[in-house]
Amino acid sequence: MATRWFGASVQRNEDPRLLRGQGTYVDDIDLPEMLHAAVLRSPYARAKIVRIDASAARNLPGVHLVLTAEDLGDVLEPSPLLIPHQALTHPRTQLPLALKDVRYVGEAVAFVVAESRYIAEDALELIDVEYEPLPVAHSLEAASASEAALVHDDVPGNVAAQLVQTVGEPDEVIANAPHVVRETLRMERGAAMPMECRGIVARWDRYEEMLTCWISTQGPIAIRNGLAAIFHLPEHKVRVIAPDIGGGFGPKIMLFYPEEILVPFAAIRSGRPVKWIEDRRENFIATNQERGQIHEVTYAFDDAGMLLAVRDVFLHDTGAYTPYGIIVPIITACSLPGPYRIKHYASACTVLYTNKVPVSPYRGAGRPHAVFVMERIMDGIARELQLDRLEVRSRNFIRPDEFPWDVGLVYQDGGPTRYDSGNYQAALDKLKALLDYDNFSARQAEARKQGRYLGIGVGYYVEGTSIGPYEGAHIRVEADGRVFAATGVTTQGQAHQTVFAQIIADQLGITPQEVMVTTGDTQAFHWGVGTFASRAATVAGSAMHLAAVKVREKIIALAAELFEAAPQDIELANGNVFVKDAPHRALTLGQMAIKANPLRYTHGENARKLAAMDLAAARPGPALPQERGGPGLEADGFYSPPHASFASGVHGAIIEVDSHTGQVTFLKYAAVHDCGRLINPMVVEGQIRGGVAQGIGGSFFERLVYDEEGQPLSATFMDYLIPTAAEIPAIAIDHIETPSPLNPLGVKGAGEAGVIPVPALFASAIDDALAPFHLRVCEMPLHPCLLYELLQKSG
Amino acid sequence: MEKPVSIPELFETSTITVTINGRQYERQVPVRLLLSDFLRHELHLTGTHVGCEHGVCGCCTILLDGEAVRSCLLLAVQVDGRTLTTIEGLAGPQEPLHPIQQAFREQHGLQCGFCTPGIILSVHAMLRDKPEPTEEEIRHELSGNLCRCTGYQNIVEAVKCAAKYLSEQKREGQ
Repeated sequence: MATRWFGASVQRNEDPRLLRGQGTYVDDIDLPEMLHAAVLRSPYARAKIVRIDASAARNLPGVHLVLTAEDLGDVLEPSPLLIPHQALTHPRTQLPLALKDVRYVGEAVAFVVAESRYIAEDALELIDVEYEPLPVAHSLEAASASEAALVHDDVPGNVAAQLVQTVGEPDEVIANAPHVVRETLRMERGAAMPMECRGIVARWDRYEEMLTCWISTQGPIAIRNGLAAIFHLPEHKVRVIAPDIGGGFGPKIMLFYPEEILVPFAAIRSGRPVKWIEDRRENFIATNQERGQIHEVTYAFDDAGMLLAVRDVFLHDTGAYTPYGIIVPIITACSLPGPYRIKHYASACTVLYTNKVPVSPYRGAGRPHAVFVMERIMDGIARELQLDRLEVRSRNFIRPDEFPWDVGLVYQDGGPTRYDSGNYQAALDKLKALLDYDNFSARQAEARKQGRYLGIGVGYYVEGTSIGPYEGAHIRVEADGRVFAATGVTTQGQAHQTVFAQIIADQLGITPQEVMVTTGDTQAFHWGVGTFASRAATVAGSAMHLAAVKVREKIIALAAELFEAAPQDIELANGNVFVKDAPHRALTLGQMAIKANPLRYTHGENARKLAAMDLAAARPGPALPQERGGPGLEADGFYSPPHASFASGVHGAIIEVDSHTGQVTFLKYAAVHDCGRLINPMVVEGQIRGGVAQGIGGSFFERLVYDEEGQPLSATFMDYLIPTAAEIPAIAIDHIETPSPLNPLGVKGAGEAGVIPVPALFASAIDDALAPFHLRVCEMPLHPCLLYELLQKSG
Repeated sequence: MEKPVSIPELFETSTITVTINGRQYERQVPVRLLLSDFLRHELHLTGTHVGCEHGVCGCCTILLDGEAVRSCLLLAVQVDGRTLTTIEGLAGPQEPLHPIQQAFREQHGLQCGFCTPGIILSVHAMLRDKPEPTEEEIRHELSGNLCRCTGYQNIVEAVKCAAKYLSEQKREGQ
């Protein structure tokens, strides 16, 4: 191959459109005769619905449809449980519209369709709902109290699930260990807050009897399959498209959100296209959230700082429903061991219902909590034994020659938690260099003399990425020489239209700009799962690779025939196909595509040039010999990983705390990351930096606050603080590449990584900065006021 | 519950004349129509995005008589007789990218692209007023626009790069 695009920081194919404002996000779609929807949402966190009177709304001019639960017929079914689990003994999912009960502020109660969004919102104000408010379980503490209010009348103690996993003999080891520490560590809720909220446009085409939906989703194929079942349509008569998506970060993999059923329902019912666009207020109260957990952790270690055993008993806040099963706490349990050789570990999780927005994965998905706990443990050991914090980590690392390393737990995909590769000390060494770690204590001491509080913190994580079951790809060379590629995964900014093009370009001897990648359109490709769990580049990327290899083989076989040459002498480069040493007598990829489709008539420039070339005459027999496997230069590829591949990384920061205000400034931030082979370093580094920014937000600015009635108190960007360019520091990045042996590209996932270690390192850095105050951070996120309070308490 | 507004008030309209990206539009609009909705849904200039509808995120930033403003905080009737620039006014589909857009591409200053048009227009106004900003000034000026994907670093680099391109362009023009 002349050029290798894999590994190069190629500029993105998607940028020229997006930079010109020519992207197509769901709200950009405007169809003739389109109606607009708005949702009436519960103002109570827990109440019985006594009565709904929608007559005034129905009479408002411009209103076409007002739906309550009773209008939905057989569509009034609880949303499917996406991921059942034997430990999830009391699963509960949501109705498209509440019938008798509301269980969180924001739950959908009625749905209005009108000539404009303005009129639809006017109509919401005319719907009269009588509620009978009930006691509320507004927090994990409230939900686990002995006389707790019940989120679901038939779920005793609000317990959705209890999950216990044990490796080795932790109880025995803890009982006999020289050092044992017990701590309570908390993490409060945060939210993904993509800049584009959710949105849906649905169109029923009565001529084709076809339902088409554009949805800002990370999983269009599953929605297509579900909508076909819900509306009793053949699957091929439902098309779901995830067009340009303005950020996902996890919550958009959830299905079904009520609106994903109500909008198509209304489009079919009214015969006109219907649009619903979530506004930011709704995004705060009707799009899934995450992070709320309380850990009671007990850890045992020896005099050398070797971690002997961990027993972690934790509560997980799942909100009012469990649409996504218990994936998040499973990931927490499996991520906690991290890069350390822990042989005795017990994890016992209780998943509790609360009267809050349901929980499903948000970037990091249970991992920031786990890493926070484990890295607090490492710092705790260092503190107890007066050892260097990084030295304690080094002593406990799994060594490079110990892979594959079996943690001994069942991972979220039902497979083993088996680390495929890694080199943890090498990454830590690079981080120390980036932070000038060895000279920091002198710098810190110097600063303290001036009354300045500097601290250094690190966070190490191992992240299970790239889970199955599988993804697929279709690749086809078109007659103009450009290559069409499609996959079921979606793209929310991860540059899939570029990185998949790089993978294909290497096989076909073209540039990535000549590859047109379509993602997330069930009409273009309808097998696969979606974009989540840091899996698209690995799983769909490997499928792209396998499909591209097949197309390459087809090209070579056909070229060998046409040039009357041996297959091993055929080369593909610069968009041409030729016999080695005879590049002057080349066919373009487009000409090859035409030759691969034995029609008697052909069109276009490539066809005219072909006719003028002196190529081998068609052989006798069928025009399309059986061994060609069909016309054209196209192929499907599917890739199913044996189990997750485990990426890793370590971040560190030097911060300064203003002890008078509780304000924190980042003086330096560095990340060393290992996601196996890098397809596009520019893109990977962009993913890391974005993740770190979300991590900093989730450590120091962003906190979802609910009062005792379950009312959200931080449901605007004035109250829920997304960090800006003024708060986020520059981030130095270095890489380790330990290839994954599990897939043909040697890659691992990178999408979620950046966010994962940030709460852990932030806590570590604050402890260090405020060592004179003897602080120990046991809660995330902090914010300046909370930090100020901690400082006041410590005196 | 507050008494609903009476219907005639809701449907009251007014005629406005506004120049957008060099083209004059005359339209009859409901008086309560947001400028962002007018641009997006009446004129189909959908490059202006709406991310929060309460004036914080900056996705809907446009230029009003050259100044960067939030179009979600204005009514369409408020821009009667004014001149607007939206992202579509910087470079048409067939035209080369504007130097700011080019810089964002080269520095990977965007991921999902949703906040990007608003940021580019904020930067456009910033670099006109301050052609050689320091990093601190850039970060301060950018703090009116939220980006959830990039972590801002590459946006800051893109602004530095754009400042260079624009000053080169200015020199060449002299």
